[in-house]
Amino acid sequence: MRLGEIITAGVLALLSIYLMSESAELEIGYVRGEGPGGGAWPFWLSAIMLVTTVFIAINWVRRTSPPSRSEEPVLDREGWKTLLFVGGGILGFVALIDVISMYGAMFLFLLYYLKFLGRHSWFLTLSLAICLPIGFFFFFEGLMRITMPKGMDFTEPFFNVMYEIIY
Amino acid sequence: MEILGLLGDGMLLAVQPLNLALILVGVTLGLFIGAMPGLGSVNGVAILLPITFLVPPGSAIIFLAAIYYGAMYGGAISSITLGIPGASTAVATTFDGRPLALRGRASLALVTAAIASFIGGSVANILFTAFAPLLAAVALSFGPPEIFALMLLAFATFVGLGGDDIPKTIFSICLGLVLAAVGFDQISGAPRLVFFDITGFLQGINFLVLAIGVYGIGEMLWTIETTRGKVTTSEAKMSVKGIVNDSKEGMKRGWKGTTIGSFLGFFVGILPAAGATPGSLMAYGVAKMVSKNPKEFGQGHPGGVAAPEAANNSASTGSMLPMLTLGIPGSPTTAILLGGMVIWGLTPGPRLFVEQSEFVWGLIGSFYVSNVAALVINLAFIPLFIWMLRMPFTVLAPLIFVLSIVGGYAATKDMHDVWLMVLFGLSAFFLRKFDYPLAPAVLAIVLGPIAEPTLRQSLLLSSGDPSIFFTRPIAGPITVIAIILLFLPLINLVRRRMREGNAAG
Repeated sequence: MRLGEIITAGVLALLSIYLMSESAELEIGYVRGEGPGGGAWPFWLSAIMLVTTVFIAINWVRRTSPPSRSEEPVLDREGWKTLLFVGGGILGFVALIDVISMYGAMFLFLLYYLKFLGRHSWFLTLSLAICLPIGFFFFFEGLMRITMPKGMDFTEPFFNVMYEIIY
Repeated sequence: MEILGLLGDGMLLAVQPLNLALILVGVTLGLFIGAMPGLGSVNGVAILLPITFLVPPGSAIIFLAAIYYGAMYGGAISSITLGIPGASTAVATTFDGRPLALRGRASLALVTAAIASFIGGSVANILFTAFAPLLAAVALSFGPPEIFALMLLAFATFVGLGGDDIPKTIFSICLGLVLAAVGFDQISGAPRLVFFDITGFLQGINFLVLAIGVYGIGEMLWTIETTRGKVTTSEAKMSVKGIVNDSKEGMKRGWKGTTIGSFLGFFVGILPAAGATPGSLMAYGVAKMVSKNPKEFGQGHPGGVAAPEAANNSASTGSMLPMLTLGIPGSPTTAILLGGMVIWGLTPGPRLFVEQSEFVWGLIGSFYVSNVAALVINLAFIPLFIWMLRMPFTVLAPLIFVLSIVGGYAATKDMHDVWLMVLFGLSAFFLRKFDYPLAPAVLAIVLGPIAEPTLRQSLLLSSGDPSIFFTRPIAGPITVIAIILLFLPLINLVRRRMREGNAAG
């Protein structure tokens, strides 16, 4: 945790510098007759962010913040595994939205989470994985008229059938 | 008398069939959302905000306020039965609620929490009705310097009263403000902070993208990782006779805590950016301080459940006051409500009471109706909530993730924002690991679009002279209070050092 604390502070300091340089593309000082320039607000806020990372580093050296005293790992083996499987599942879900549609990705994600991570019965897994996307489809597309991503062209016949039901 | 007339009209509006139905659904949803570990009113309001675009703004805010109300009641349920707070506002409820449940008195704790919440909500409603128009009248005289001073006060409250790591709190606030500046400069119209020339950034970063990313994904990942997804429930026996007896005992032993929580909660709730979490913690502390048996606190004293529960309900109503009258939110949830109002085309702030009187009084009327509905629904469903919470976390978690992704897309209909939400979620997970408070960032991204233009307009008015924030009669005192609050942690540190020095000398 101690090493992670200073690495995080370093990364955030770099982020602050990057934000400062991006903000500096617009005027960061006072423009007579116009007030502070367009880049002033984000620039000076990013500068404060940079200063706070220096204080975080000072606290790290003096070991005054709890993470700077902790010798525990940020994530143990089990923690990394959880993050990989759950976080990876979410990334996979989002990546699949443009391929097999929001509803298709939702179905696969629920199948993956409930069966693979949760080890639930096929009955519960399939009931939720099928009913939930269908429920969401009628709610969003039918009731609220919000169109979710349809994915690639091959999903079209399926959606044609579903839209037949709504309209 | 005029207030009573307006309140009567508001209540009539709140009990119209559509609004009443929304209150009942909202309170019930809120109870479930609040009771779910890792999911608080802020998640519920953030996730369900996109679905309110179907109804008129007056009904939409009533629905969201009912969710907020219900969640305040529901937060106690998992704090007591699971030992993990259903929401940050119910953290203090675990201190005595969990020991009571472990002693087989879960029913006493749950009933005390429900009744204290009702009383807290009722006191807050009366105070709200009496003071809101007064504060609104004062607020009418607010110009850009006064509004910016208030924004400064909101951020200073977070720093001064937060108690978290100060540099990390300031970092979080500034990050939220910078993220709010992404897109087009409101004054010159020039594009700014368009990272890596990705065009998606031109439309700015919607506060919902950050809020759902932080609470729907980041906090959930954190809960799953820290608890390893294993949530245990204690047995709670419930019967009608038991509920009646527990009500009597809870009020007999918890009246002092309820009274403290009701009043203290409201006034902490009004403080910009303070909200229900510090309100409930402070009420717990004061209730313990004035108790005849302070040692019983932490061991399972009903007063230790009543104080934070009365306070978080009272504060949730209190935090609506600055949101409606001044346009500044008192909690992350009201920050999201505020964002919602902007999306619906309403401008929260001084003129809202004048220009949208029906909207405001309909909402206030709905507080009274929601409070009664929440008490009845809560008491009736307590056994069911306990059963629901036994639902494996491996079923609950994917449902929350799905809702987050779908809700995030529905808000802006852009996959760029869904990816950004996931990025924020994963970043929030790691930042949370290192004790970076993230609620200030969520508040800041909502307040940023108000704070920046008011600062720039003020400085333009004064030709760049920052003394404008000190010399005006309303802005001056607010700025001074904000600066004192900002330096409060530093002042406390110096005083502590001096005391230590004297003791050593």
